[in-house]
Amino acid sequence: MMIKQLSIFLENKKGRLAQVTSTLAKNKINIRALSLADSADFGVLRLIVNDPDRGATSLKKAGMVVQVTDVIAVEISDKPGGLSRVLHLFDRGAINVEYMYAFVEKIKDKAVVIFKIEQPASAIKILKKEGMPLVRSSVLKGL
Amino acid sequence: MIWDNQSETMKRDDITTLQAERLGNLLSRLYKRVPFYRERMEKNGIRPEHVRHMSDLKDLPFTTKEELRTVYPFGMLASDKDDIVEIHTSSGTTGIPVVDAYTAGDINIWGEVMARCLTMAGATRADIIQNAYGYGLFTGGMGVHYGARKIGAMVIPISGGNTKRQLAIMRDFKPTILTCTPSYSLYMAEAGREEDMDFSKVGLKAGVFGAEPWSDSMRKDIQRKLHLKAFDIYGLTEIIGPGVANECSKHEGLHVFEDHFYPEIIDPKTGKVLPDGEKGELVITTLTKEGTPLLRYRTRDITWLNHEPCSCGRTHVRMHRLLGRTDDMLIIRGVNVFPSQIEEVLLKIEEVEPHYQLVVERRDQLDELEVQVEMNENMFSDEIKNLENMEKQISAQLYGILNIHARVKLVEPRTISRSEGKAKRIIDKRPR
Repeated sequence: MMIKQLSIFLENKKGRLAQVTSTLAKNKINIRALSLADSADFGVLRLIVNDPDRGATSLKKAGMVVQVTDVIAVEISDKPGGLSRVLHLFDRGAINVEYMYAFVEKIKDKAVVIFKIEQPASAIKILKKEGMPLVRSSVLKGL
Repeated sequence: MIWDNQSETMKRDDITTLQAERLGNLLSRLYKRVPFYRERMEKNGIRPEHVRHMSDLKDLPFTTKEELRTVYPFGMLASDKDDIVEIHTSSGTTGIPVVDAYTAGDINIWGEVMARCLTMAGATRADIIQNAYGYGLFTGGMGVHYGARKIGAMVIPISGGNTKRQLAIMRDFKPTILTCTPSYSLYMAEAGREEDMDFSKVGLKAGVFGAEPWSDSMRKDIQRKLHLKAFDIYGLTEIIGPGVANECSKHEGLHVFEDHFYPEIIDPKTGKVLPDGEKGELVITTLTKEGTPLLRYRTRDITWLNHEPCSCGRTHVRMHRLLGRTDDMLIIRGVNVFPSQIEEVLLKIEEVEPHYQLVVERRDQLDELEVQVEMNENMFSDEIKNLENMEKQISAQLYGILNIHARVKLVEPRTISRSEGKAKRIIDKRPR
């Protein structure tokens, strides 16, 4: 039920992001979602792509430090209160969110949010019990 | 195994007698043949025949790198130019290069001392030596080559650089001994890992690494990654090239071949000779050199000596692995900092690799030290707070050793320049 996210170490320097995107483009890998976290000196780029294994290999070949992390992608309805509902569920279940970001979904009136969770197994259990649909990695492949 | 049992296990008294005799010969040759030295001796009222004992050496003048530059290229020759069969020079990156000119006799001695070094690392005629020291004016390549030829081992004279080819040769020829700079050995290990190369399958048993200071933790790192025993070798162009000293299998210091090279440790400020165990600048007198012999040459390398007998059976004095260079030493806010200290700290943190650079700047009249450390997969976390903690942890440990605050900056892999020979560790941007 987890999907694979690529995390890439970047120095805060000109042209670093462009090198990541052009490497992925050259290898025909499609970016589905991204988030960038940064400090004064460096940043961590997090990516959901259609083919994480090939994505990781091509970025490593280009000399980058890449980590593949498991995250949860939850489909929520794209209207006020959608995200709030999931977060309240996590809160009640004492689930810690390390970070989260949104996903661009073209298919239907749904939004997809990516969560990095401290206790992923319990989070998945809660979401399932509440009937919240999780996005599977096989779905990402087709996008 | 000892290559030259008679010379390497000589009794202390016999060593001293031999040294005094050779020093006497050296001084009369220098007086007769090298105006540079004759002038100095005359100025100081020294006649070669006045020097009888090794203890008289302390009254003789030093020779410095700057002085060698003033007589470039052939001013230090103590033999006829016709008798010189080979020359080597330093890289000249810091100014006019210094020249080492060898007679056939010098080349023979170079081969002998290098054979001693390689034998300490376990080399026999059955071994295959991948010699990745540069061949050319640099002494590393030819020095190892001559030593290997004395032993009768098979040499692969691949020289430095071209890492892909190094790895291919390693896979195909299965060398048992690798010779190169320690930083290049790690560079090869890294490049090999990217190609999924399994170094345990190569069958390397030893590596003879030198030409730059390295730490004990770096040794462990090299041994683990390349599956070999790492031996430290010491030498310098001015004296003969590699082959001045080498570690035996006990790894408790490097035996200085004192039948050819007489070592002293001095206080770099006062020039006073220091006793065993005290850190200072290494000074070497070449006792047997014919081409360009040197009297009390100041190496700028910092170490200490130990005359206690070694359990390997050799009697030659041991020098501690290099602690740094007098000119590599950074003085930051009045504190002496050696790159090797910083390397020790980094290597103690498990995930960190010894790819670092020190940048010193002056801001608002204050020296600031930035330690740039390359990111690698093992230390990477996708959470900013973990990475910031890593920086703080390194900085705290550096403070513990150096007593100054250093700013730690994580940088992308392969961004710190690694020459394929010696690594550039220091960028000093302070106004001079």
